Amino acid sequence: MELLNIFIQSAFIENMALAFFLGMCSFLAVSKKVETAVGLGAAVVFVLGITTPLNNLIYENLLREGALSWLLGVEKAAEINLEFLTFIAFIATIAATVQIVEMAIDKFSPALYGALGVFLPLIAVNCAILGGSLFMVQREYDVAESTVFGLGAGFGFMLAIVALAAIREKMKYSNVPDGLRGLGITFITTGLMAMGFIIFGGIKL
Amino acid sequence: MDNETKDVLFGPVHLKNPITLQVLGICSALAVTSKLETAFVMSAALTFVLVGSNVVISMLRNKIPSSIRVITQLAIIASLVIVADQVMKAYLFDASKQLSVFVGLIITNCIVMGRAEAFAMANPPGKSALDGLGNSMGYAVILIIVAFFRELLGSGKLMGAQVLGDWYQPNGLMVMSPGAFFLIGLLIWAQRSYSPELNENE
Repeated sequence: MELLNIFIQSAFIENMALAFFLGMCSFLAVSKKVETAVGLGAAVVFVLGITTPLNNLIYENLLREGALSWLLGVEKAAEINLEFLTFIAFIATIAATVQIVEMAIDKFSPALYGALGVFLPLIAVNCAILGGSLFMVQREYDVAESTVFGLGAGFGFMLAIVALAAIREKMKYSNVPDGLRGLGITFITTGLMAMGFIIFGGIKL
Repeated sequence: MDNETKDVLFGPVHLKNPITLQVLGICSALAVTSKLETAFVMSAALTFVLVGSNVVISMLRNKIPSSIRVITQLAIIASLVIVADQVMKAYLFDASKQLSVFVGLIITNCIVMGRAEAFAMANPPGKSALDGLGNSMGYAVILIIVAFFRELLGSGKLMGAQVLGDWYQPNGLMVMSPGAFFLIGLLIWAQRSYSPELNENE
């Protein structure tokens, strides 16, 4: 029940893109067509679902205060605190995971690679991925919770980007004022979507 | 100052603004602008990281093998962000608490990666530093304008001090996420009406 709650919360109430503004660059750049939006969304779900629990393991077992005592077995080890290395450890994990995942998909499923391939390198620098890991630390999730959180947050991002792409496809036929055309109207649309998502606030299972 | 330097330094403030025209670094621009104070702190942190990373990457540009350049750039940027984060935790603890994860997210801020890739990899350190400074200014200008309106309209305050009197009913929407989207959208509209050559034709 707790896990389902985390999923609902990360996908709808605290939507990565619409409530926390994470992954905005690719959110705006890759939302011109529904097809590509689905591809990017799927890649985000995939990578978030892998990297969040992986970073959780790294943080709990290597970085946090006293975490190294199981490894070194010395009394002094309990005082070691490597938390200042969090950022660089997380980004290295993410970049390496993305690279490995890309190679694995290329080897075993060329069809999936064709669909996700171009988006995977882009994702290493997507703030939603690093943001997921940083929120996981802040909220003190364990491995199971962070897996669910990663998948939920990815799903929420996918939902938002596909919805925005669908709206933008329709908007091609509308008469938008000159200065607003392109980026401007996309921001206003996203704002309206964010207002829509506010209604999920307060839902608890 | 010759024309080229001027273009590198001041171009990004208006005609090549990183947020409203290059679509870079939007996440943090939206997230930290509910108060003017956090916007200032964030701009300062980004200026430090962007100038630093542009200079370092530009100095190493001929030594970085192109196949692993992304991860090299990320390592350099992440180290600079760690320095900025630790300094802020030591001297500006309240502000760094409010910025929460967004200091760490400077690493994946597309402005830093984008400028490293587009400018610092191809230009000498001096010019790259100017480019970093110019883009940070363009970023800061947008952040401060948006934060000014969001704090003023959303809570009737500026820099935490009450400006509008009791007659003003604070508009809660401005502090929440939709307000930020609307404000940037309108800002883009205003900027493009002022310089129509920036309009997009889809």
